[in-house]
Parts: sequence; structure tokens; C-alpha cells
Amino acid sequence: MRYPWFRLAVFLLVAVWPVWWVYQAWLFALGPDPGKVLLERLGLGALVMLLITLSMTPLQKVTGWAGWIVVRRQLGLWCFAYAVLHLAAYLFFVLGLDFTQLGVELRKRPYIIVGALAWVLLLALAVTSNRASQRKLGSNWRKLHKLVYGVLALALLHFLWIVRANWAEWSVYAGIGAALMALRVPFIAGLIKRQKKNRTNLQRSA
Amino acid sequence: MLIKVSQASACHESEVTPQATYLSRRAVMAGAAALAAGASIPAWAESSSVSAYEGVEPGKAPVWFQEKLKQTRWQAVTAAGEAITPYKDATHYNNFYEFGTDKGDPAQNAGSLKTEPWSVVVDGEVGKPGKYSLEDFVKPAQLEERIYRLRCVEAWSMVIPWLGVPLASILKQVEPTSKARYVRFETLQDPATMPGQRSSFSYIQWPYEEGLRLDEAMHPLTLLAVGMYGRELPNQNGAPLRLVVPWKYGFKGIKSIVRMSLVAKQPRTTWQGIAPDEYGFYANVNPQVDHPRWTQARERRLPSGLFAPNVRETQMFNGYAEEVASLYAGLDLRVNY
Repeated sequence: MRYPWFRLAVFLLVAVWPVWWVYQAWLFALGPDPGKVLLERLGLGALVMLLITLSMTPLQKVTGWAGWIVVRRQLGLWCFAYAVLHLAAYLFFVLGLDFTQLGVELRKRPYIIVGALAWVLLLALAVTSNRASQRKLGSNWRKLHKLVYGVLALALLHFLWIVRANWAEWSVYAGIGAALMALRVPFIAGLIKRQKKNRTNLQRSA
Repeated sequence: MLIKVSQASACHESEVTPQATYLSRRAVMAGAAALAAGASIPAWAESSSVSAYEGVEPGKAPVWFQEKLKQTRWQAVTAAGEAITPYKDATHYNNFYEFGTDKGDPAQNAGSLKTEPWSVVVDGEVGKPGKYSLEDFVKPAQLEERIYRLRCVEAWSMVIPWLGVPLASILKQVEPTSKARYVRFETLQDPATMPGQRSSFSYIQWPYEEGLRLDEAMHPLTLLAVGMYGRELPNQNGAPLRLVVPWKYGFKGIKSIVRMSLVAKQPRTTWQGIAPDEYGFYANVNPQVDHPRWTQARERRLPSGLFAPNVRETQMFNGYAEEVASLYAGLDLRVNY
């Protein structure tokens, strides 16, 4: 296994947040409505994990360091783990485990439908994230995992439809998401590559 | 895991008033009785910093408020079987978008609000229009303490002991004309002290506006609050003057009021302007009419614990149906939400 310490550090750094939040919520350090705050933090956490996951490939391209790619799968799975906790918090704190109400919500509320769709796509990606699935799916695996861009779009829409009065915070995440997508446009990706080549050429000639 | 949802009428153990609170209330009652008897003024009455409720931060009440507080009718309206929300929660979990959209923002940012001197403009269909100083505005009426349930449109609720005067007594004093059918309210607009009004990402067009039908405004439950928890209003709760309409969603309770206009036509309200399908003019608490994005059938009574969420059924008109349902006889509440 390459970069074991880096992997472990990433694991701990990401795992510590939900534990810390639950501890805070338990102490009422998150205010009088801790379930709601926990729900929102987990949802935002899943989005942040998604954005971090999507920045690994561009980082590898710019820096040339392979460590970024090594933790990419782990980060993607963390995004799913946060999404699972977010869903669990929704079922427990908002619906009070009333599953008939879940049926109602899934029929009536567009932002719930969009969020559920993003969650199902993440589930499909998480389930097929192992080596065996990669081998089995062959070239289809890459196509399937391009769905992560769809997840980003759905997650941002889910977030936007929750906004009630001020979309300043949303626009920050949407901006970062748009920038990460732009880096994947062949023309812009080419520019980055060329610049890197120039830099290595310069270093060589120096 | 099981979540216990008990009936609305059932009392939770958590609702029982802590003994310390109960005892301190008795101290106030005793103090008030002593005052009435013309005995020496107890220490709590001399300063605005002592309150009957636990954990109340001392305020800096203006002199007129301190004077008025001495004649307060304590517990003029109570909420039977309800535990009063801790002061800390009522003052650190607020929607007051002029100071930011996070629940903690108002407590953090509202210190910049200058509440003294304060005046209220009364105009429109009234016999006595004018610009009144807050002190003169509330002078004729006696302060009353009213313990009301507060149901937010976001499906959480609290129980708050307000201090205020019936809006009706104020309105009578400015003499509405026969053309007056609605009251329009307006919050202070001052981007220099209200950071939320400086944000260019806001859907809200400032100033914040609200409105009531005249008969709603004249209803004895409708309160103009100047204090809570035995002290003047903290800035984040809408100091120095706010509206409290207990059978309506919290956003109708406009804060930091600078203008009241009596008008013939139904006024525009801020939330109706942003999302008319989500927020109506009436905004009566109604468990049968959903917010398009969530159900209004239940609410989380705060503080709501992490592993024992304090979820309960929402009551029609927030439990004030007996008093106010007649105002809406014949009105389709699904259309007029």
C-alpha cells in the first residue's frame, strides 16, 4: 500500500467531524435544536467531501503527486458516509422515523426528490467502488463513475431549493463546483498540462 | 429506536417548571405585593438587572421602562401546562435576517442596533397621525406579562413570557378612521447597523414589512411587546418594540417597528413578496396546511434533545382557536393561508 501514513491522516481528519458534532449536539453546544444543526452540518459535510473528492484529479495534474489519486476513492466513500448520516438524521430528527410521512415527502417535495436521487447515485458509486467491480465492469466503470458530476449538480440543486432568503453561502459552493467542472473541460485541462510541461522544461534547462 | 410522540394535552416531565424558577417567581409576587402595600421597595425593583427568570442577562432598560415595570400585571395571560423556554435559547436562536440568516447571528450582531431614542411614525387613516416617542407611545397602557406559545413557520416552537401592551389600546389612542381596514408595520432600515441589509445575495427587499387585518390587530391577544423574561427586549428579539400575534407563525411578529400605517387595502408583506406560494398574508398556524417544503402537522418544542426529540402535534391556531377562530368564520383557510 502506497502512502499509508497519508491515507491514515486523511481518514482520521475526515472521520473526526461527525464524532465531534454528535458530541457537541449531545452537550447542547449546538443550541436548542441540535438535531436540525446536525442534519445541516452533515449535509454540508457531504457536499464539501464531494468537492474535495472532485479536486483530487486536478490537484494530481497540477502537482504531479500520485498521493492525491491514492486517497480519491477513500474521500468519495467518505462523501457517501456523510450522505448516509445526513439521511439518517433526516429520518430521525425531521420525520421522527415516520415512514409513511417519508412517502408523502418523496411525492410532494422537489428538493427531497432531488436529494434522494443524488443519494441513490452515490450509493451506486459506493457499491461499485471496489477493484472487483472495476474489473467486472471494464470500460463501463469509467462511464458509470462519471455520474459523480450528476451528483454534484443534484446536490447543489437540493441545497439551492432549501435556501429561503439569502443565497450567499450557496453561491460559494456552487462557484467552487463550477470551477472544478471547468477544470475538466478539455480546452482548460490542456492549458494546465501545457503550463506544467513548460515548467518542467524550464526546470530541466536550468 | 422509538420516538415517543405524546398527545398535545399530555404533560411532559420536561415541562414541569424547575423549583428554582417557581420559587423565584414567588419572590417576585411577594415583591409586587410589598410594593402595592407601600412597603420599602425591594432590591429587584430598583434595578432592571434582576429578573424572576433563571439565567436572564441584565439589560440596560431606559428609565421609563423601569418605572413602567413596577406597575406590571404579572402573568396576565399564562400558558397552562407549558414550560417556559430557557432565556438562553429564546435569545440565541432567532430569526432576524437584518442581522444575518443563521440562528446565532442576531445574538452576535444585534449589539450594533441603537434602540434609544426610538420613535414610531403613525400615519394613514388615523385621526392622530404623527411621530411618537416610544415612551409616549406606550405610556397610556399598563404593562402586562403574557406567556404565549411561539410557533415558527420552520416547525419549531417556544414558550415566551412577553412584556407588552395590547395593540388595541395603542390603536384606539391614534383613532383609526372608518376607512382603516388593515395595519401595515415596518421595521427599521439601517444598513449601517444591520449587516443583513448590506448583503447583495438576499432575496429580501428591505425594509421588512408585515400586516394585519384591523380586527386581528384589535384582538385582545395581539400584543406590542417591549420586554420579555421580566426585562426590556434584547436587541436580537426585536428591541425596542415588536409585534406578537400568538396564533400566527412567528414571522408575522415584526421586530424593531418604526412605522405603523392604517390603510384601506391589504398591505404587501415581505415573505409574501419572496414566495407567495409558501407564505400567505394570514399565516395562521394550521397543522392541516403544509408549507410546500415541509409539513406543519408537527413541531419541535425547543430545547429538543438529540436522542429524545421533543416533537409534538401542532395545534390549530397554535392552541388559541377558542379565542380567534371566529375571526375567520367562512374563510377558506387552504386558500387564505
